[in-house]
Amino acid sequence: MSMHGRPFATRMPQPVRRPARLVSLVPLVLILAPAAAAAAPLQDALRAYGVQAEHIGRLWNFTLGLCALVFALVLAAFVCALWSARRGDAHTEPDISSLARPERGIYRIIAWAVGISTVGLLALLGADVVTSRALARMPLQDAVNIELIGHQWWWEARYKDADPARQFTTANELHIPVGRPVVVTLRSNDVIHTLWLPNLHGKRDMIPGRTSTLTFRADQPGTYRGQCAEFCGLEHAMMALLVVAEPDAQYQAWAARQRQPAPEPATSRTRRGREVFLGKSCAMCHAIGGTTANAVFGPDLTHLAGRGTIASGMLPNNRGHLGGWISDPQTLKPGVSMPANLMPQEDLHALLDYLETLK
Amino acid sequence: MSVADSTTQPRPARGPGSVAPSAPPAPSLAPHEAETLEQTWRDPPGIIGWFAAVNHKTISLRFMVTTFLFFIAGGLLALAIRLQLARPDGKLAGPDLYNQLFTMHGSTMMFLFAVPVMQAVATYLVPLMIGARSVAFPRMNAFAYWIFTLGGLMLFIAFFMGIGPDAGWFAYVPLSGPQYSPGKRVDFWAQMITFTELSAIMEAIVLITTIFKMRAPGMTLNRMPLFVWTMLAASFMVLFAMPAVMLGSTALITDRLVGTHFYNPGEGGDALLWQHLFWFFGHPEVYLIFIPPLGFMSSIIATFSRRPIVGYSAMVLALIGTAFFAFGLWVHHMFATNLPELGKTFFTAASLMIAIPTALQIFCWIATLWSGRISFKTPLLFVLAFFVILLAGGLTGLMLASVSLDTQLHDSFFVVAHLHYVLMGGAVFPLFGAFYYWFPKFTGRLLSERLGKWQFWLFFIGFNVAFFPMHVLGLQGMPRRIYTYPEEMGWGSLNMVATAGAFMIGASVLLFIVNVARSRRHGAPAGPNPWGAGTLEWSVASPPPAGNFEMVPIVYGRYPLWEKPRLPSHVAGLINEHREVLITSVADAELDHRLWLPASSYWPFLSALAVTALFVGSIFTPWAVVWAAVPVAIGTTMWFWPKRSTSDMRVASEQHPELFK
Repeated sequence: MSMHGRPFATRMPQPVRRPARLVSLVPLVLILAPAAAAAAPLQDALRAYGVQAEHIGRLWNFTLGLCALVFALVLAAFVCALWSARRGDAHTEPDISSLARPERGIYRIIAWAVGISTVGLLALLGADVVTSRALARMPLQDAVNIELIGHQWWWEARYKDADPARQFTTANELHIPVGRPVVVTLRSNDVIHTLWLPNLHGKRDMIPGRTSTLTFRADQPGTYRGQCAEFCGLEHAMMALLVVAEPDAQYQAWAARQRQPAPEPATSRTRRGREVFLGKSCAMCHAIGGTTANAVFGPDLTHLAGRGTIASGMLPNNRGHLGGWISDPQTLKPGVSMPANLMPQEDLHALLDYLETLK
Repeated sequence: MSVADSTTQPRPARGPGSVAPSAPPAPSLAPHEAETLEQTWRDPPGIIGWFAAVNHKTISLRFMVTTFLFFIAGGLLALAIRLQLARPDGKLAGPDLYNQLFTMHGSTMMFLFAVPVMQAVATYLVPLMIGARSVAFPRMNAFAYWIFTLGGLMLFIAFFMGIGPDAGWFAYVPLSGPQYSPGKRVDFWAQMITFTELSAIMEAIVLITTIFKMRAPGMTLNRMPLFVWTMLAASFMVLFAMPAVMLGSTALITDRLVGTHFYNPGEGGDALLWQHLFWFFGHPEVYLIFIPPLGFMSSIIATFSRRPIVGYSAMVLALIGTAFFAFGLWVHHMFATNLPELGKTFFTAASLMIAIPTALQIFCWIATLWSGRISFKTPLLFVLAFFVILLAGGLTGLMLASVSLDTQLHDSFFVVAHLHYVLMGGAVFPLFGAFYYWFPKFTGRLLSERLGKWQFWLFFIGFNVAFFPMHVLGLQGMPRRIYTYPEEMGWGSLNMVATAGAFMIGASVLLFIVNVARSRRHGAPAGPNPWGAGTLEWSVASPPPAGNFEMVPIVYGRYPLWEKPRLPSHVAGLINEHREVLITSVADAELDHRLWLPASSYWPFLSALAVTALFVGSIFTPWAVVWAAVPVAIGTTMWFWPKRSTSDMRVASEQHPELFK
């Protein structure tokens, strides 16, 4: 896996303003410092870049503060108890006077402590309910509707539209407009997966036979990484999703491109590449818009060259990785559904030439 | 008691319920009578005798050793996991091996260690604490041990053959179903559940019956040691929780084996059904792991503070409340599913509420320590770690109880940190404390204090080094159960720290093994009551005689050895020539009748072998259920076959009681 390089570094537009960073993890700051400095891809629940994650972040700050206070108080009482208690040993005469007369003074203190704990718990419950309401009330006008389908081990994304001609399908990389709500409808094609984009929102399961939705909004441009959070089999660790949040105009341009079929090959070599694609087993699983390949078993490749990564966020999308992936995916990602594809070098290069035109 | 009296008229002075002639404190039999009693309760010698043993102490010690071996095995698996994750892009284990490693680690620790070890300790201590000569149903107790051991062995044999389960310790469908986990791997896992849950339910029945019906006269419910209360609560939880997972795993097996569709959404089944069934068991399971150690806490804190625990009734009610509420929390494991939001809030409230009884107990213990006279021995140190580690784990639990927060924390390394803080702080630390505390009772020798303190500090520091960074990793977006992660995620250094901590824990457990091995032979002799404790198990020799009590004591308070002795001090009139025990009433432990418990028998072992053949065979063919039912029927019938010599003796003891002098 060390050959992965840095698939995200080049594609990461820096946030416009500093994110709402949640720094009340006071005792952790020292440990965090080196890790936070090196963080390249954004996959961090402590750094909110969208309104939903901010709501949860505020709840986190409140809960952490209250729990830290309780921890400190109880520990202080505990240390005081050990400190101030007299010492004894196995021969010390046990004091059983409490069996005869109840210790009302101690009971009163304990009752107070339990009462205060209960108030604290009620405060946590209240904060949770308030946060749930805030999350549910995100305005959804003018939302982007995406149907996200989990597969072992990749993500299929269908951008919905009232006009069927404006719908399109892509995989493993979402683009969303900054500041507009996104409604993701979650389904699964095989086992349970979980969508988790920690910088934008919490998790939501993708359960076969059920549909759920997740609504969020990115308030900063940037590339956010998500990763399947529910153990989904052999390559669970290699099921990442990139979400590129960009200004609305840029997003519209991207969506318009996605709606186009693949460009007609311009050279004889890329035409040869398309023939290889359609003539070999590739077309049995993959679709390329504008050609006769329209299988839905694997990711839609109509605009493959426009994506930053291949193999579900595993490898940077460049000619070398793509060639290696086509030839021998089982070595790179054992267990994946894609078989090895043996072909003459010329055919492979023609195929790669063609795939690189699928912007 | 009248029943008992009438048969023992020749010794009127010592009939049950009658007053013993001599004064306390140390009632004992004449040497030859004591020898007869010892012969009666002792396990038979030899290899066959080894398999025929039913004495609760023998079975319990084997049970403890077996669960400890599984703990070691689970710990080695954990070290392998930590080695793989120590560096980004780790290459020690591929995904196939890694998925087996964490599945085996979780399943071993939960099913083969944490739940059974508490029952194992309890089957030793409960009879001694309540003044009984045995557990109820001693043969079933032995059977439960064998079936547990054979089930655990099956799982590890599968693992070493390279077909270990790989779907996680909660084996969510459809991943664990026939389509996405072909082969036999998940079948071994699901059958292991059947084995261990069968064993757990039987042990729960043994313990509940022992506690309700076999307490020494005078030990009313409100004089029971708190540890016995915890085992009562935990055993009832087993009875309600385990059937849910057995139902769930049986449905999974039939889905996989004979093509039912309980969990197949394509045929009208439901993938979430498994999660409901599993967590309806799985959440209470956490509490039934955590409740018996609360009893260790109460025993050890009382002894080393030289006073009774503050608020006995409050402690008991808190236990019962915890056991009850534990069944109302399971949905907080499912907050990321599409269940209705308002319903989830109910489970948030319930999950927060269960903190109240735990807080109450913590306050009571702190008050006990505060007003006591403390002696910082190793058992107490381990127990005191609870106040730091379990407290932290409980507070992160409150975070996970919130629906919104949970959506960020769920299935991340934060959860891994949380569950280890709860289970290690709440169960493993007190358990080690309990071993240091009761080891002298088990063996007659004390463990080394010096090694014990080294072990404690190494464990305490290593634990926090290993698991605290995982909170941060989870918040930084690291999901659990990933076999590796790319370097640019920035998780490498904290993972390296965690791995270092894991090896400190490993070193500490190694010290414990050294300590046990050395002290077993060369430790300081303990005597009956080395800690000056107040409960009945410390009134007998260390290790206790085969029949526990030469004479069954009469109890007048919660700490009989601390309180002023009173007359009558013990019951007499039980015969020594057979395994006769006293049965008392549920609430007030008034004399009820006498019972002959069965003698040693190898049929529980043979029946366990037959049941194992049935369970393992059914992984491969449904016909195994039919054919293996024959040896199971033979075994369990022979188990109950009356022996002529016993029947004759029974009749003789009724017609000629004078022979049994």
